[in-house]
Amino acid sequence: MPWPFELEFMQRAMLAALAVGIAAPLVGTFLVQRRMALFGDGIGHAAFAGVGAGLLLDVWPVWSALTVAVAGALVVEWLRAHGRATSDLALALFFYSGLAAGSVLLARAGSEAASRDRYLFGSVLTTSWSDVRTVVVLAAVIVALVALAGRALFAVVLDEESARVNGLPVDRLNLLLAGITAVTVVAAIDVVGTLLVAALMVLPVATSRLLARSFRATLLIAVAVGAASALGGLTASRAWDLAPGGTIVLITAAGFALAAVVRGVTITPPEHMHQH
Amino acid sequence: MRIILTSRPDDHPAPSAAVPDVVFAAEGVGFAYQQQPVLHDVSFTVRRGEFAALVGPNGSGKSTLIRLLVGLLRPQTGQVRILGVDPRHLRDRWRIGYVPQRPALTGDLPATVDEVVRAGRLARRGWWRRAGPGDRDAVDHALCAVALEDVRRRPVNELSGGQQQRVMIAKALAGEPDVLVLDEPIAGVDREAQRQFRDSVVHLVEHHGATVLLVSHELGAVADDLDRVIVLKRSVLFDGSPAQLTATGVSLGVHSEDLPLWLEDLRDPGRS
Repeated sequence: MPWPFELEFMQRAMLAALAVGIAAPLVGTFLVQRRMALFGDGIGHAAFAGVGAGLLLDVWPVWSALTVAVAGALVVEWLRAHGRATSDLALALFFYSGLAAGSVLLARAGSEAASRDRYLFGSVLTTSWSDVRTVVVLAAVIVALVALAGRALFAVVLDEESARVNGLPVDRLNLLLAGITAVTVVAAIDVVGTLLVAALMVLPVATSRLLARSFRATLLIAVAVGAASALGGLTASRAWDLAPGGTIVLITAAGFALAAVVRGVTITPPEHMHQH
Repeated sequence: MRIILTSRPDDHPAPSAAVPDVVFAAEGVGFAYQQQPVLHDVSFTVRRGEFAALVGPNGSGKSTLIRLLVGLLRPQTGQVRILGVDPRHLRDRWRIGYVPQRPALTGDLPATVDEVVRAGRLARRGWWRRAGPGDRDAVDHALCAVALEDVRRRPVNELSGGQQQRVMIAKALAGEPDVLVLDEPIAGVDREAQRQFRDSVVHLVEHHGATVLLVSHELGAVADDLDRVIVLKRSVLFDGSPAQLTATGVSLGVHSEDLPLWLEDLRDPGRS
C-alpha cells in the first residue's frame, strides 16, 4: 500500500479507524436528530468504568466495557422514557460517576498513566489484528442494524408520538438506538478513546447537516466525512507524529469549519437569478 | 371505509365490514393531571364516515381527549373505544392516521417531503420490510390528496407552515388508515393554507369515505362541511350537527374560544 499505509501497524490502524469512521456517524445521525448529541459522551464515560472493572477483574476489557456501556445506555434511555430524569441530568450522572469509577478501578488494578490515556484518548497505532477484527465485527453489526431499522428509527425521531399511535415499536426502537450507541462507543475505544468517541458521532453529522437536503444524504455525507476524517487523521498523525485519536477528531472539526465556510459563501441566490 | 388512496377519486369505496358503525366512543370519561381535573364525565360518539370537529377554549381538555382516544393516555374513569375496541387493544394500529399538535418538524430537519410521507407507510407494511409498488402508490396518492406532488423532492424545512402541516397529513394518509385524527392542523397558518387544508379533508371525506375527527380553533374554513360539532369545556357542552348548533342561536363563525361562553349563556341566561 502507498504511504502512509505501507506499514502493517498503519494498515491495522486504517481498518479500525475506517470501521469506526463509518459506524459512528450512522448512529450519530439519529442521536443528533433526537437532540441527544451528548448521549455517546455519557456512555463513553460509563465504558471507561467498564474498562477499569475488566482490568481489575482480569476480564477482557472489551467485554466489560460492552457490558457496562450497554447497561448504562439502557438505564439512561429508561430514565428518559419514563420521565424519571431529564436526558442531560441522566447523562451528567454517567459523565461523572463513570469517569470517577474508571479512574478508581484502573488505579486499583495497578494500571499505569499511559494505560489510562490509551482508554481515554485511544491508541489505534498499537492495536492488534485481534482488536481490529473485534472493531470491524462490531461496526458491521451496527451497519447491519441501521440498514434494518434505519427507516423505523427515522420515523421515531421525526415524530415519536404519531409513530407510537401508528403501532411502531417505539420503546424497543429507542432501546435499540441506545444499545447500538453503546456498541459504537466500545468499538471506538481503541481508535479515539472513551473521551473523544462522541466527537466522531456528532461532528460528521453536524457537517453533513450543513450540506445535505435529505435524510438519506445526511446519512451518506456523514459517513463519508467520518471515513475521510479517519484516513486524514491517520495520515496527519503519521506525517507530523501527532496523537492519532485527537488528530482524527481535529480533522473532523476542521471539516465542519470548512463546510460552514463553504455553506456561508454559497448561500442560494435569489429566485430571479435562477431564471437567467 | 378505509381511506383507499389508490382508488380514483370518482370511485366511492363501499364501507368495509371491518369498520364498525361507531368509530370513536367516549363513555363517562374523566381524567386529571395530578390533582388538576381536565375532563369530567365526557360522553360522545363519532360514526363511520362522519366529519366531526371537537372545539373548545385552551385548557378545555381537547388534546387530552384526543390522546385518550388514540391510546396515548388511559382514562381514569369511564372508557374510550376506537374502531370498536379499547385503544390499547387495537391490533392494527396503522388503521389510525394521527396528526399531533405541533408535529416535531424542527427547522433544521434535513428530510424531503417524500421521506417524511414514506415514514407514514412503515407501520402499515411492517417497519422491517422494503417498500413495494403498492407502498409507493399509496405515498404518491397521499401527496396528491394534499396537493404536494410538485414539492416532494424539497426539504421539509424549506416549506411554509401550512405546507408542513399538509406534509404531516399526507404522512398520516400514506398508511391508508380507517380514521384520521387531526389535532389543531391549521393553527397559525394563513387563509390560503386553510382553504387548501379544507379541500384536502373534504376530498377525503366525500370521495374516500373517511371518518375524520378534527380539533381546531379555526372552524371557519370547514364550517360548511362538518357533519358534527362537539363543544368541550371539561365536559361536553354541545354535541350535534352544525344546523342544530346554529338553531341554538350560536354561529359557527364564532371563534371556538368563545363557543362555550355562548353555550353557557344560552343555558343560563342570568350569567353576565
